[in-house]
Amino acid sequence: MLQIKRIFLVTLLLPSLSISQDADVQAGKNLFNANCAVCHKLNKKAVGPALSGVTEKYDKDWLYSWIRNGSQMIKGGDAQAVAVWEEYNRSVMTNYPQFSDEQIDNILAYTNFTPPAPTNAAVGTTETTSQGSSVSINIILAVSIVIFTILVVMLFLVQRTLVKIANASGVKIESEPKKNITPLWQTVINNQFLIFIMVVGFLLSSAYFTYGYLMQIGIDQGYAPIQPIHYSHKIHAGANQIECKYCHSSARVSKHSGIPALNVCMNCHEYISDYNGEEDLENGYTKDFYTNEIKKLYYAVGWDEENQVYTGDTKPVKWVRIHNLPDFVYFNHAQHAQVANIECQTCHGPVEEMEVMYQYSPLTMGWCIDCHRESNVNKDNEYYQKIHDELSKKYGVEKLTVAQLGGIECAKCHY
Amino acid sequence: MMKNSIILYISLGLLLTSCFDPSKPNFQYFPDMYESLAYETYAETNAFSDGIEAQLPPEGSIARGWDPYDYEDSNAGYELAKKQLMSPIEDNELNLSKGKELYEIYCSVCHGDKGDGMGILAQREKFLGIPAYIDREITPGSIYHVLMYGINAMGSHAGQVNEEERWQIAQYVIKLREESKK
Repeated sequence: MLQIKRIFLVTLLLPSLSISQDADVQAGKNLFNANCAVCHKLNKKAVGPALSGVTEKYDKDWLYSWIRNGSQMIKGGDAQAVAVWEEYNRSVMTNYPQFSDEQIDNILAYTNFTPPAPTNAAVGTTETTSQGSSVSINIILAVSIVIFTILVVMLFLVQRTLVKIANASGVKIESEPKKNITPLWQTVINNQFLIFIMVVGFLLSSAYFTYGYLMQIGIDQGYAPIQPIHYSHKIHAGANQIECKYCHSSARVSKHSGIPALNVCMNCHEYISDYNGEEDLENGYTKDFYTNEIKKLYYAVGWDEENQVYTGDTKPVKWVRIHNLPDFVYFNHAQHAQVANIECQTCHGPVEEMEVMYQYSPLTMGWCIDCHRESNVNKDNEYYQKIHDELSKKYGVEKLTVAQLGGIECAKCHY
Repeated sequence: MMKNSIILYISLGLLLTSCFDPSKPNFQYFPDMYESLAYETYAETNAFSDGIEAQLPPEGSIARGWDPYDYEDSNAGYELAKKQLMSPIEDNELNLSKGKELYEIYCSVCHGDKGDGMGILAQREKFLGIPAYIDREITPGSIYHVLMYGINAMGSHAGQVNEEERWQIAQYVIKLREESKK
């Protein structure tokens, strides 16, 4: 018993021991992430070269002086320094004169460190936890089906034995005598009042459905086309909390909210080339799936990931337009998003939760008018101060609605 | 018989109203009043050889109100802009509040609301090693230059913010840097 306890203790202690042994690697990782990772990745070219195995390529003393004052070395004409500077588009590395020998050693130790492969046990446990719930539901279903069939079979058997007993004891089971009843449908046909009611009901209900059908013509609420690149608003606007206007920047200043040009994607995705976030296995949105979508972006924008250069070979992405007002309506994004300071979500719904973008609002005229009748004008805008004050006096109200400002005049949107 | 036909009609009606396929747009009544006759932005067209309506302006053309930017996209250009380039806009509350608004849209996500390099993308380790403004020697000129061309892992934001807005952001960044010194 004591021995078992001791083994248990040792296994508990092991991981913490290994961490303390690799303390310099851990410190190096922190330094690397804080200072180097903005331009260097371990196993991939970024702004600067991949740093895994850098100690094999360069002399240690050379690395010390390069990290502390690389630009001085380039000016001094050090052959290796000039070569690496030329290779990476002449981008200059920030100097880190404040690093001690030990700190640089830690960083270099981290670049040479290969994390141990995850053990099988750990992999096994994650698999069972992820599948556990669905398995148990299936088992419960199977068991209840079996129980149900057993019950049915038992009932059937009991009935048979009961009939047998009745026959044996001479009891005759009488089946119900068949009377001469007119069938239900004939009685209905014979009753003229009932037919009248039914015809009226039929006409009313068909009018109701026809009206419903006609009224939804031309309304694309819920329209969610498949896009050429699976761009998830849930990941970008939801999990990463990127502002809507970061990408749709023209919504601030123009009629259109605009389709972001691919260079806006590349502001982040030049650096972020793999997806490492949450997965949605039920719908097949794995890490590989998302990473593949980033590769589609690279293909379209002509980004050579290997050499970190643009090839100039671009292919336009055929995004499918979702929100589309008829040509005879004028709508201006800047007026709503910037002047009135309305949240994008008011009309576009919870975009930050949408894995696949869809049209949230009906975008009908009635829907516009309803909002213009109810919404108060944003009075913070000094530009309109005078007209707001005058109109408030005219209508004798404290808060003006958009409708009172002329927001339901036909020619405001149709001209 | 009557009953059957009623059920048939009702289910037909239900079918018609509920058959909207979310992957396709709905029917339109009189589509010629819905669809623009003129070319729509970004649409496909046979007017140009590459089939795209949105064409790049001819080389050498200058947009209205565009001022030339003389500093080139290189380290020398960066150093020069840092030393020479001065903000043409006034240092006032209006520009500062505009700058704050724009900063929170375009910069906060990486550089953090306080300019400490701890934006949400840094916290979630999507980007690593974003420097705090206080750790770098920056001037309004260098900030403008970086917004214009980008630097290292940061891309150009010239397409998202115009000239005046870039200066407003630069002003606000300098203010954040001063504040974090305290």
